[in-house]
Amino acid sequence: MSDSPLILQVQGLSKNFGGVKAIDNVDLDIRQGEIVALIGPNGAGKTTFFNCLTGIYSPTSGEIDLSDPRTGKTTRVNGKKPNKITEIGMARTFQNIRLFPTMSVLENVMIGRHCRTKAFIFGAIFRNAATRREEAAIIECSYDILKQVGLHKQVNEQARNLSYGAQRRLEIARALATEPFLLLLDEPAAGMNPKETEELVALIRLICSEGHSILLIEHDMKLVMTLSDRIFVMDYGKKIAQGTPEEVRANPAVIKAYLGEDVDA
Amino acid sequence: MFPVKELKRSALIALWFAFLTFPIMVIKVDPIERVVQYRWDNMFFIAFGSFVISILAKVYVIRKERRAVSKKETAATEPFAQRIIREPRFLYPLVLGCFIFGISFPFLFSTYQTNIMTTALMYVVLGLGLNIVVGVAGLLDLGYVAFYAVGAYSYALLNLNFDLGFWVVLPIGGLMAAFLGVILGFPVLRLRGDYLAIVTLGFGEIIRLVLENWNAFSQGPSGIANIPRPGFFGMDMTFAGGITYIYYLVLLLVVLTIFVVNRLQNSRLGRAWLALREDEIACQAMGIDKTKTKLVAFSLGAFWAGFVGVIFAAKTTFVNPASFTFLESAIILSIVVLGGMGSIVGVIIGALILILLPEYLRALSEYRMLAFGAILVVMMVFKPDGIISNVRRSYHIRKQGLSEGESHE
Repeated sequence: MSDSPLILQVQGLSKNFGGVKAIDNVDLDIRQGEIVALIGPNGAGKTTFFNCLTGIYSPTSGEIDLSDPRTGKTTRVNGKKPNKITEIGMARTFQNIRLFPTMSVLENVMIGRHCRTKAFIFGAIFRNAATRREEAAIIECSYDILKQVGLHKQVNEQARNLSYGAQRRLEIARALATEPFLLLLDEPAAGMNPKETEELVALIRLICSEGHSILLIEHDMKLVMTLSDRIFVMDYGKKIAQGTPEEVRANPAVIKAYLGEDVDA
Repeated sequence: MFPVKELKRSALIALWFAFLTFPIMVIKVDPIERVVQYRWDNMFFIAFGSFVISILAKVYVIRKERRAVSKKETAATEPFAQRIIREPRFLYPLVLGCFIFGISFPFLFSTYQTNIMTTALMYVVLGLGLNIVVGVAGLLDLGYVAFYAVGAYSYALLNLNFDLGFWVVLPIGGLMAAFLGVILGFPVLRLRGDYLAIVTLGFGEIIRLVLENWNAFSQGPSGIANIPRPGFFGMDMTFAGGITYIYYLVLLLVVLTIFVVNRLQNSRLGRAWLALREDEIACQAMGIDKTKTKLVAFSLGAFWAGFVGVIFAAKTTFVNPASFTFLESAIILSIVVLGGMGSIVGVIIGALILILLPEYLRALSEYRMLAFGAILVVMMVFKPDGIISNVRRSYHIRKQGLSEGESHE
């Protein structure tokens, strides 16, 4: 795995909110085909880190470079708009589910196809052959993705009527529709029951096997340890450890961050 | 359906109210004549009124409870109006009937009626235009009338200064308004909800005040008169003929607008608008360019207003700033809200109700604003989605597409 190309390189990323250093000089890298986990106690700055990567916040300092493994092109993305970053090939899901609640399941995924298609006012009004073809392709592609995540029986259901686990899967489907090479999952297993988590693990493995690399934030340690190739640990905005699951599990700094310091020490 | 117990309760309430208001509503002491009048009819009105209101309130509560109990059940049974729209075999004859009625309207009714109908149809187009901005893209625009004014003044001024004809100015007016929509759109893109509403409200007022005070440019409050009516291959038309002609023109515009708006709604762009309305951040994270999408919504909405503005100037042959007050924006917005946000049929019905009713109920014109307010309040309580809430007609197409998709397996 270590010889596959780097697709994400983060160097010295910091984000300050006033005097609060939400992220402090964090480095991170992901190689093609990896599943990388980002863990840490609540408030460690993991979601802020995601928001910086995807352009929702612009970082105070530091560099984020994305390289598309399909073309080998490297782009510096810090400060770019979220939609541009998604276009380059990094898609995300949200910790607190952000679907389009009154749109149908299929439409939610179709929105994901937006940045890969181009029909505009002219095409919408005259509905020429190219637009009709594009629209059919959008529907077909979205349906295929829904089938992959197992929601193809509920295409016409409103997104808000889905069960919690299904909504999480729909978010993943929507992100997949943008054809990302790197998928960012923000606590995908939060609030899921054990069976749903199991299905999720299988789904993430499947997505990974299709050539998407994955960066995930998760609190479910069992899931993190079984899935990830490498783990980054954050605490108080700083990166405190990185390595394989075994290394991280044995790292005293990580244990300290999670369990607190020994009084005698 | 309605329990007798509740009837009794309402009767008691009525009695109680009649008793309570007895001193002020019934007894009238005339100190000059030194007599006491007993106005028993007032008591009857109070009793009857409170009886009806209490029953209505109870009916509402009962309905709400039922809905809460069997939420699934009610969700499955659609309202009657929406089922008609969903079923093509009801919808197409209905549309055809409306169309034939629209075509034959000037032959069936007097010139006066035709004129009123023309106004109503103009508001249909305005409502559909604003529907793009407010109903579909979810951007609350309280200054929509500004674009209407821009269209009207485009024709008035271009005709006055450069002697341009109606047909030349029609697209120019639309484009001018669309351009202004983009100009307004840029600074307010970051704003949402209430803030956006306030800024657009201010924008509408700015346009009106400029027109009112910049005498050299727009002739101020006295307005511009003698605007020519639209020509038809240089033919001379009688007064009635001219009105009929404009009627057909507007009818054509309505059909065109419905066609375009419907197509826009069911397109990639329309989906992006809906998504923008639902969740802006998720929308951006899915690769939708917020700026571009919002600007397009703003300018497309403005485009229709500009179009109608030109026709308005040609129809009345006179424009002045008094025609473009905030009240006008409020009426157009009410049309969209009353009709149903995002629903084309709803907006059409809303426009016809809100414009035609006041015309035919001239006797009650003093109470118009009162009735307006009351209707909106009642609608918000009983049917917050409008007369006809947005039906996703695109499902039909989707299902077809899906069956295609499934056949590939």
